[in-house]
Amino acid sequence: MTTTTAPSRAPSAAPPLRRMHLAAHFPGVNNTTVWTDARAASQIDFASFEHLARTAERGRFDFFFLAEGLRLREHKGRIHDLDVMGRPEAITVLSALAAVTDRLGLAATVSATFNEPYELARRLASLDHLSGGRAAWNVVTTSDAFTGENFRRGGFLDRADRYVRAAEFVATTRALWDSWPTGGTARPVAHQGPHFSVRGEFTLPRSPQGHPVIIQAGDSAEGRDFAAATADVVFTRHSTLEAGQEFYADVKARLAVHGRDADSLKIMPGVTFVLGDTAADAQERAATIRRQQVSPQNALVALEQVWGVDLSAYDPDGPLPDFDPDPDSQLAQGRVRIGDPKAVADRWRALSEAKGLSIRETVIETTGRQSFVGTPAAVAEEMAAFVAGRAADGFILIPHLTPDGLDGFVDRVVPLLQERGVLRTEYEGATLRSHLGLPEPVRPAGKG
Amino acid sequence: MPASPCALRPLHLAFALDGPARRARRGPQAYDPEHYVRLARLAERGTLDFVTLGDSFARPGPDALAVLARVAPATGRVGLVPAVTTTHTEPFHVSTAVNTLDWVSRGRAGWTVEVSRSRAEARLFGRRDAAPADALWREAGEVADVAARLWDSWEDDAEIRDAATGRFVDRDKLHHVDFRGSSFSVRGPAITPRPPQGRPVVVVDASARAAREVAAAHADVALVRAEDPATAGDARADLRERTRALGRDPDRLRVLVSLPVELYCSGDAVGLADLIGDWHADGVSDGFHLRPADPERDLARLVDGTVPVLQHRCLLRRFYPGATLREHLGLPRPANRYAAARKVAP
Ligand SMILES: Cc1cc2nc3c(=O)[nH]c(=O)nc-3n(C[C@H](O)[C@H](O)[C@H](O)COP(=O)(O)O)c2cc1C
Repeated sequence: MTTTTAPSRAPSAAPPLRRMHLAAHFPGVNNTTVWTDARAASQIDFASFEHLARTAERGRFDFFFLAEGLRLREHKGRIHDLDVMGRPEAITVLSALAAVTDRLGLAATVSATFNEPYELARRLASLDHLSGGRAAWNVVTTSDAFTGENFRRGGFLDRADRYVRAAEFVATTRALWDSWPTGGTARPVAHQGPHFSVRGEFTLPRSPQGHPVIIQAGDSAEGRDFAAATADVVFTRHSTLEAGQEFYADVKARLAVHGRDADSLKIMPGVTFVLGDTAADAQERAATIRRQQVSPQNALVALEQVWGVDLSAYDPDGPLPDFDPDPDSQLAQGRVRIGDPKAVADRWRALSEAKGLSIRETVIETTGRQSFVGTPAAVAEEMAAFVAGRAADGFILIPHLTPDGLDGFVDRVVPLLQERGVLRTEYEGATLRSHLGLPEPVRPAGKG
Repeated sequence: MPASPCALRPLHLAFALDGPARRARRGPQAYDPEHYVRLARLAERGTLDFVTLGDSFARPGPDALAVLARVAPATGRVGLVPAVTTTHTEPFHVSTAVNTLDWVSRGRAGWTVEVSRSRAEARLFGRRDAAPADALWREAGEVADVAARLWDSWEDDAEIRDAATGRFVDRDKLHHVDFRGSSFSVRGPAITPRPPQGRPVVVVDASARAAREVAAAHADVALVRAEDPATAGDARADLRERTRALGRDPDRLRVLVSLPVELYCSGDAVGLADLIGDWHADGVSDGFHLRPADPERDLARLVDGTVPVLQHRCLLRRFYPGATLREHLGLPRPANRYAAARKVAP
């Protein structure tokens, strides 16, 4: 019943093809994004957003994705200066992109910690109206006090409560979206809970999708449960086949408890790619990009993030430190914390010794390797295999160049995916929900 | 006709896109972006300085800033000025959203600072009770202040992309704002680079006494609701005096008379041109902000009837000489306070 399953062109033997969902992630503020390349353009001009969004729509992608970070990162008490930084506010950019795209979904990452449900429900419903049903919200739960310093309530939220608040937030938001039945007039909402008190009328009629699509990104057990209970899409970092399959099975298994079927939640790992005319050419390009991503300065910062101490006196082309990391370091702020620094350090040192790698070479080897590297045909085949093998329902592609890092993929890989029958050749519906094959949210009975 | 023979004081015109709430509630056009795009394009044909869109959490209709962001790529010159309230919102988010509107419109953004006074709005958030106007406007002034500091928190040349040292920015040109207001604090810097205009144009409706000091301290454009030239002139003089008292150059503040208009026929449109011409000649205002009874009808009459008469009388320009809203208003791009402070420091 969903658009995920397309009729197979092969005779009976082959299993039905699973169609994939694709999304385009605007290059982010970490060292995945290469800014030293001559082709790297502005990360802030609207023209860059427009180019990537139009490219994604040309490739018949499901949606365009913007991340969020509410405080500039700091390292050793100073603003981290080595990576691309400076982003606009997501919902505003997407509202503008609605003017230059027709079908592409528009996904904004917005914190459930440093916002209030009434205002955000209204902004998302506005985007859904203004785009004819293409809005999505990536619910994130970052709650650190460092970020809180930019907001009225500071670091008010206990980390343990991050998903409790997020769940109440989304539930309240949905109540507001449901409060104006089709054809009816607003019914007052009265929500009273541990995190929110919301009473009154919502000012927007039901938006084209009813509920904008809900995306979740977060990896803890609580995060996965939250996704299983509430989300339509999961954005995950598990981008290898084995890790992807394990994650996929785990999250899908959590759905049944909530009375949901497996197709109602799409799992989309964030992935990177490098194309070449031959396999060797692609590998060579990938290596070049890795060296651009891990500059000597960036290698030391990566090392300091693990060790938690100042290592600026180290030579990036020399050996790793021989002492153990400081487990309680506050060196890096505004980043996802490394769970077990000692284990990471041991792994890095073992690799460095085994292969004779320098600091920079070790960082290149161990962090952020590209997910799909090869000829367009090989990449298309591997991506299809991930989806067929239930490691993913699709992918959020993260180009390394702004804004034309997706051009090659859309020109060369998309036609092959379409030929295989695993990617749509035309949009069938108008809304993001329809692209994703998601059911319409149950409509409250209209009155009057 | 070339612009040069018209050596008069420039006249600034702005138009409110919102209809009365009753209409918006009934008409589906309030939720159709094409409605706003049509109006903004029409305003642009009339070379108006900017259009405004009001907002409140209790008003039926979509988020005003989002609507004007949707309009931005469909227009090229006209200024886009949504209302954003400061009472139940986060100062940091407000600053970022207005900054972003400036980026997506390539330097055409403004912001009408508003407060949320009603109990109904307070109950939608459940964080604080409704408060008196004075307290809310004091906070609004602080929000305008911190927003401007955040816009300045990236110096214009902070982004260096220096491959030799691996540095994307010069962090000495990024600044924590460390703002402490009476009800909030913000550490900074902004997460968004300084907007194209340096600072988007800040608009304050200074008709209410409680808002007047905020207008004098923070506004680039003050709106004054006045029914006659004498009232308008007094309000303008008062605002200019307060501005001067705060150490600002009063010539950096544009005072526009905010007038309700209802243009039933082309005769009304010419009558409006007469009125605008008379008041402007008296020197009681820098221009007009027109609040229509029916936005579509009244804007069409204004652009086809009033604007040509004003142009013919040499009171209004025939084209946009600049690209940004500040340029339309004849306001310079503000110097960055942090860059200036860094240069002064030893
Ligand atoms: C793939 C992925 C992307 C994320 N993107 C963002 C982001 O753009 N902004 C943000 O504030 N947090 C982001 N997060 C952080 C999560 O929302 C979440 O706050 C964090 O992972 C902690 O939740 P957890 O303990 O469940 O992992 C992302 C997480 C993942 C896994």
